[in-house]
Formats: sequence, structure tokens, C-alpha cells
Amino acid sequence: MDPDLSAPHSMGTTIIGVTYDGGVVLGADSRTSTGMYVANRASDKITQLTDNVYVCRSGSAADSQILSDYVRYFLNQHTIQLGQPATVKVAANLVRLFSYQNKNMLQTGLIIGGWDKYEGGQIYSVPLGGTVLKQPFTIGGSGSSYLYGFFDQAWKDGMSKDEAEKLVVKAVSLAIARDGASGGVVRTVTINAEGATRNFYSGDSLPLWHEELEPRNSLLDILVSGASPEPMSI
Amino acid sequence: MAGSYGSTLRYKNVERIKSIGKHTLLGASGEVSDFQEILRYLDELIIYDDMWDDGNSLGPKEVHNYLTRVMYNRRNKFDPLFNSLVVGGVKNGQKYLGMVGMIGTHYEDNHVATGFGNHLARPLMRAEWHEDMSFEEAVKLLEKCLLVLLYRDRSAINKFQIAKITEVGVTISEPYALKTFWGFLAFQNPTKGAEGSW
Repeated sequence: MDPDLSAPHSMGTTIIGVTYDGGVVLGADSRTSTGMYVANRASDKITQLTDNVYVCRSGSAADSQILSDYVRYFLNQHTIQLGQPATVKVAANLVRLFSYQNKNMLQTGLIIGGWDKYEGGQIYSVPLGGTVLKQPFTIGGSGSSYLYGFFDQAWKDGMSKDEAEKLVVKAVSLAIARDGASGGVVRTVTINAEGATRNFYSGDSLPLWHEELEPRNSLLDILVSGASPEPMSI
Repeated sequence: MAGSYGSTLRYKNVERIKSIGKHTLLGASGEVSDFQEILRYLDELIIYDDMWDDGNSLGPKEVHNYLTRVMYNRRNKFDPLFNSLVVGGVKNGQKYLGMVGMIGTHYEDNHVATGFGNHLARPLMRAEWHEDMSFEEAVKLLEKCLLVLLYRDRSAINKFQIAKITEVGVTISEPYALKTFWGFLAFQNPTKGAEGSW
């Protein structure tokens, strides 16, 4: 089974955006795949558009990159003309414009999250067709299928920054456990009045889920520690 | 130990290595239902051989050959068994290791692999395998390969079994997980200075 190395790079992905009391937390996994091969196991899918607005990218790596490049460029011009930071709403609608007008050619789902002085922390979902929806939280990417039930149960309004971040990390980690297209590390960006902070949760610091085992250095450590089974003979 | 369902990692406890008769180990990748069918075929083969009660028993070479015929004949009928198989064992002091693919491709070598292992593990084994390796060295080499495959194969999970077969008998380890490394500095902030890239 040859890896299809000419398959378009797709970020299978799990992406999440969550509002909390005072700002937003954006989260994503770090796996970029070409067919079944993991082309990049430590990608950064949370991209900066302005100082106060970031976007989580999913779907085609190329499409999402070029779209965010365009939006960053125009948002930059807009900020200069406006004389103050762009609002999250404007950023989200600019993303929508590109997504909707090129819907036949693009294959990317995005989550825009940021903070501005008018409306505080906001999350906007821009899925495949170019819809814009403002939401208290949203999930996206192939890994999100496994999280609908989880969020139905675990989401609550008015969380603190720490609660929100813990929720995002737990959710991405659960999706990684079940989605082959998601994996690697969990990256988060927290945005509030103070600015934006990046965080990094490496693979071995994430909790273990059902049927996952404690990692070890080698089988030899297990054997040496005395649990050496006798060979089966028939 | 993963059983995938499309891109979902559905089953996390699938035993892909089984012992066949007294002298052989069989490892399979691919469709689990087809592997289970192959185990039934082999079960019948071993039982019928045993019923002769002639002191003879099928070894790894025979099992490998039988599986090759099965896989190739199914391929000819355009109804393949979707598996790649690794057959290994020891009989009368002679070691044997071989591979059979779903279209009947087969060969024997000191180190074999299936799927992504062909691209990622075989170069490692070519470089580091040598005659008369100890068990510990062999395990370390295998684990090196398993780790690379865990990083780079989407259908892999962090749960492994290593099996050993010698003249004395068979040992299949309990499932265990390996430590992964994410501490490269470049992983921390890969897009610094190149916003919007990977």
C-alpha cells in the first residue's frame, strides 16, 4: 500500500473555539496528513490574523493558508485606514467573503476567535459553504465528529479562563484518541484584553483515555522488572 | 493493536499476532475479518495435519507456502483477502521469516514489514540488523521502527505487542505503550516569523 504522496495535504484536524468570561480560547491538534502519511506531526493550525484575532484552520492546508494570508493582508490595510484594531466581527466577515465567493474551489472550514473592546471575546464559525455564525463555542474538522456528545454534556456558560482552557485541551485530546486524521500535540491560543497567549501541550502530557496505556521506554523494562512470562509450549 | 473503521480508530485492542501450531507466529495487517478467516483456514490445516499423528508438524516454511497459495488464488478470482502477513518461526533449530501480500507477493528475509513499514521500517532494519543479534537488541530495533510508524502512520495507535518464537516456544507480550518525544525546540513555535505557514 503505497503512501499517496501526491495527495493534497489535508489537515484532517480537530479545531475548537470557546468563549469564556473575558475572552476566548482556541485549540487545535497538530497533524497534517498526505493520504495516510503524516506529513507534519507538529503543525501550527492556529494562525494570527491581527494582534487580537486568530483563526483555526481545517480541511485543505493550501486553501486555508492562502485564505488566511489574503484576510491578514486586507485586515492589515483596514486597521491602518480605521486607525484602531479591527473588530472580530469584521475579520470573520472578511473570511466569509472569501469562503463564500470561492466556494466552488475552496475546501476549508475555519473558526475565527478574538477579542475587541466593543463586544469582548467572540467566536465565529465559518464552515465549508461560507456561512458565518457567531457562537459561544464551536468545533470543527474531522475530529469534531467525536466531540458533539462531549460538548453537549460538558459545555457551560460563564467559565473561567482556566476552566475553558482545560476543557479545550481535554476535548482535543479525546478527539485525537479516536480520529486517525488528528494527532500530535495540542496547541491553544487564549485571547483577551491583555493580548494573546500561546500554549503547547505535548503528546505525553495529555491524559490517557479508554484502552490507552502508560507509555514506557521499552518492552525490556517491563520484562526486567520481573513480569517475564514462561514461553507457551503446546 | 488498532482496528480502524475508515479514519476512525474504532477498536483499540485487536490482537494481530497469533501462534500457529507449535512452530509458527503469524502477524497480519489490513482487514481484521479476513485475518480471522485466515486463522480458521490455518486451524483446519493444523488440525488435519495433527490427525495423521505421525510425529510430523507443519513449520513456518509450510505455513508461509500455504498462505501464499491461498492469497494468490484469491487474487486470481478477483476476490482478495485484504491482508499483508508476516510469517515467522523456528523448526528443528532453523529460523524462518517471510512475508505474503494480498496479491500473493511473497519473499523470505531476515527482516520483513507490511504497509508503511516497507517505507519507514525496512531502511532502519537494513542499516541496523546484523547476524546473531541478542533478543534485547532485536527488541530495541523493533521499537525504533514502531515509534517512527506511530509518528507517521495515521492508522497507528500507541499500543503494541512484541512476540518471540524460539525452539523452546512462543511468547506474546502483554500490550504496552511507548514514550513519544515532542521536545524539539522547533515544535514549540513553528510559525514564528512565518505567520500562516505550518
